[in-house]
Amino acid sequence: MIENVGYLALIFSMLLAIFSASAAWYGKTNNDERWIKSARNATITIFFLLTLSSTLLIVLILQNNFEIEYVWRVSSIDMPTYLKISALWGGQAGSLLFWSWLLSLFTAAVMYGQWGKQRELIPYALIVISFTQIFFLFISLVVENPFAKLDGIPLDGNGLNPLLRHPGMIIHPPMLYLGFTGFVVPYIFAMAALMAGKLDDSWIRTTRRWTLVAWLFLSLGLILGGRWAYDVLGWGGYWGWDPVENASLIPWLSGTAFLHSVMIQERRNMFKMWNMFLVILTYLLVIYGTFLVRSGVISSVHSFAESAIGPLFFAFIAFMFIFSTYWVNKRKDMLASKDKLDSFLSREAAFLYNNFIFLAILAIVFFFTNFPIVSALFTGEQGFVGPPVYEKALSPLFLVLLLLMGIAPLTMWHRTMIKRIGLAVLWPAIVAALFAVGLYFTKIVTIWSALLGIWIISLSTVLTLFEFYKGTRARMRRDRNPFSAFAYVMAINRRRYGGYWIHLGVLVMAFGIIGIEMFQQETQIHMTVGDSVALGEYELVFQGVERYAGADDLIITEATADVYHKGKLVEVIHPQTLLYTRSGQPMTIPDVRTTFWEDFYVLLVNWEPTSASSATIRIYLNPLVNWVWAGGFIFIFGTMIAAWPDKKEKRLLKRA
Amino acid sequence: MKIFRLPISILMGLFLFGMASASVIAQGSTPPPPDGEVREVTDNEVNSIAREVYCPVCESTPLDVCQTQACADWRDLIRTKLENGETRQDVYDYFAEQYGGRVLATPPREGLNLLLWIMPVAAVIIGGFFFSRFMKNLRMAGGDGKEDEIETVETAVVPPSSSPIPQSDDEYIAQVERELSK
Amino acid sequence: MSEEIESTVEKKSFSWGSAAVWAAVISLLALLGFGLMRSTETRPEAGETAPNVELKFFDGYEWEGRGVSSLEEMRGNVVILNFWSSWCVECRVEAKELEMNWKLHEDDGVIYLGIAHVDVEPKSIGYLEEFGITYPNAPDLGGTAAEKYNITGVPETFIIDQEGTIVHVQLGPISTRQLEAVIQSLIK
Repeated sequence: MIENVGYLALIFSMLLAIFSASAAWYGKTNNDERWIKSARNATITIFFLLTLSSTLLIVLILQNNFEIEYVWRVSSIDMPTYLKISALWGGQAGSLLFWSWLLSLFTAAVMYGQWGKQRELIPYALIVISFTQIFFLFISLVVENPFAKLDGIPLDGNGLNPLLRHPGMIIHPPMLYLGFTGFVVPYIFAMAALMAGKLDDSWIRTTRRWTLVAWLFLSLGLILGGRWAYDVLGWGGYWGWDPVENASLIPWLSGTAFLHSVMIQERRNMFKMWNMFLVILTYLLVIYGTFLVRSGVISSVHSFAESAIGPLFFAFIAFMFIFSTYWVNKRKDMLASKDKLDSFLSREAAFLYNNFIFLAILAIVFFFTNFPIVSALFTGEQGFVGPPVYEKALSPLFLVLLLLMGIAPLTMWHRTMIKRIGLAVLWPAIVAALFAVGLYFTKIVTIWSALLGIWIISLSTVLTLFEFYKGTRARMRRDRNPFSAFAYVMAINRRRYGGYWIHLGVLVMAFGIIGIEMFQQETQIHMTVGDSVALGEYELVFQGVERYAGADDLIITEATADVYHKGKLVEVIHPQTLLYTRSGQPMTIPDVRTTFWEDFYVLLVNWEPTSASSATIRIYLNPLVNWVWAGGFIFIFGTMIAAWPDKKEKRLLKRA
Repeated sequence: MKIFRLPISILMGLFLFGMASASVIAQGSTPPPPDGEVREVTDNEVNSIAREVYCPVCESTPLDVCQTQACADWRDLIRTKLENGETRQDVYDYFAEQYGGRVLATPPREGLNLLLWIMPVAAVIIGGFFFSRFMKNLRMAGGDGKEDEIETVETAVVPPSSSPIPQSDDEYIAQVERELSK
Repeated sequence: MSEEIESTVEKKSFSWGSAAVWAAVISLLALLGFGLMRSTETRPEAGETAPNVELKFFDGYEWEGRGVSSLEEMRGNVVILNFWSSWCVECRVEAKELEMNWKLHEDDGVIYLGIAHVDVEPKSIGYLEEFGITYPNAPDLGGTAAEKYNITGVPETFIIDQEGTIVHVQLGPISTRQLEAVIQSLIK
């Protein structure tokens, strides 16, 4: 019964999406406002229908209704409620429905919010977004129906993939989806602007905050994904240049480039064409990446089961690529603005350097990610590109980017004297160099490429901190209290200082990345009770293993070990291996002694024989890894400052 | 023009410098094994090689963390080879030859794989060429002189002050001041 | 990607730019389409011609003194092509039965050809010895045969008739009864 209502809601959504696209088209060609209004109301109704549909699917999961194939696939009776709810996006059919729902949510929000402001663009925006919605609903209705029934009624379901039963993994996919679908809003407005031939930059102002919010969620998704890998996958790392990870990094890169270059357009009204291109590229990369991951074209460790959506999705992507390219090409001359650059040393030039590097990184990651297909095409054998290749190619570019991050804020619009920048950089550069030299002579860091990295990152950190100082100092001429002066400066220019917070977050992460990537230590040893092993300043004494049954179908093997730091007992840790007997899926859960400077990350290696008195233990010493997470927090904090609604800005926008 | 060439050449220099340094770090070294005798091989030696070899039958999983029986067998194989005195490179060569280049984290530098090394450098150089041409065109289009005025106008807003910060350098402070004087 | 950047920023020679953009978009889509076709390929079914398998035999497991296997040279015989691996648990279920059946039909124009799919060499030999297997066997470490037959796991068995046409495809372990049913119909 419930499933029929859910399916019916999907059918109606589909019909309404078709109606919305046609009505918007008809209303536009006949200049009849009523049809356009009706099309808008249809999109808002779709949101309510899809909300109903998704809620019903959750209800079915909570009812343990295993007659429904999807419920049987992703849920089981003894799964806790929060996992059952998250099972909505735990499988293919559900996540497609979830995706449609997010799309409808954003459509409804944007139609509600922008109605009346973007009269000329709205009909086109409605056509483009409804078309997208039609595609996703079609897949849900025909190929991946979440409400499809099984022939019999199984007693229990398969349960969610154990790897996905982690708090990070429960919120990680929705964050990514929010990020992915969020980019659809700037995309449809860019396309609408192209189609309408209305190429002033009002669409940019309309969608800038959307872009920032979408970007925020994408960043959050990336960071949470890293944390999940670190906690669950048990390889002591957080990023493996896996195609699935790259699929979300690639649009993030072009989105980041856009967020920078859009400032030139706002400030100097230049590079409209370029920004248009970046917005469109970002969305195309979102769907491209989704396809790559979902279709199994490049199979990967997280690859979803092969499904029939491949050819359909390919048709959709081909259409979107050709459609977008066609319109960009058609309006090329209109978009050609009279861009000029006053100096190669100016804020606008700095943003362009930034864009160049971001796109170079993007091009490299994109090429490497697609290399397996290229290689299959020319050699018949699917190639593979491992992390060392990525790291070698990208680390110099990332370093240049980090340097630019520190220096660019010193530039001014129009032009800047090189002498002025030189003077501003001189002392921070000396301070950073002293720091690096200090590290060298204290023998903490002796690898000179790491020292170069540390020098650049500290230089940029000092310069960024100095930006905060300058602002506060200026305000302190009026307001003696440094704290309120600081808060005031943050508040009156959120975007600027939000941006600096983001930079600071990235720099802290960069320190962490240098720490773990270049100074990680590891050891593996078979131990019996009483044995000890030393790594860095730590010593681990093995105390034994026990095995017991956990919740559900789980068998837990747990080791106990004492951790000594500089000879003092600091923690007793319990690394585990889990075995989900139903699926036969093993998992290695590390236990970690976490400090500000490093993680002592201990794994019970489950491929080696384990008895009550002996086991194989693997230890990673990960210096500065917590800086990666701390930097992530600062990063997200900064993005929130920048994206927070700003009354003054609204006033300015209205005036403009 | 001159001002422009400087940053680009610095960028290029840094890039090449970085590339070189990155490849220097990548060269690990293993002690040469004694000839003709079976030697003791630790898990750490096996893992340090296994982490650069990807499981041929699973997807994107290095051998040192892979949990399947097959991977355990391959780790044993690595151990046996080391015990027989083979070097790290011998093991890599064996895997590349037997299972194909795709099992190595760093694929062998041959054939199509060379693209993996050429493309990044080419992308930066060719991209950089077009980018610098584009920037020069923009610079040509830019009017000289009048922009200096704009800057003077902006800086003129800032009242002179004895603050140690060169505040006239920063348009932002000018903006703060403007906000405050409203 | 870099072509796209160039063409967008190059406004003067825009027709070249457009051409480059279109070329980039089309070739990207073609690449993707190729990848998709490749990933959706399935194993050859009964009735199709068996793709040739050319692999170097294990020492001591050659067929009629030849060093490299070739289904084409085996034409005129019934070929039982069996993919297995030493790390595969289910393969152990059928291993003994395969060897017994080989002994039974050795002189009836039936050739057993075992392929050790992406296996660890010493372990493969160990496996062959453990089950006393004597029929021709070859390692396929690079997975080239597996790619031609698009196998999705081990064991998989393809029974090929005298003309080189696949007559039976078995996913998972095969039993003597199944083998006999097919072989008897072919060797009569």
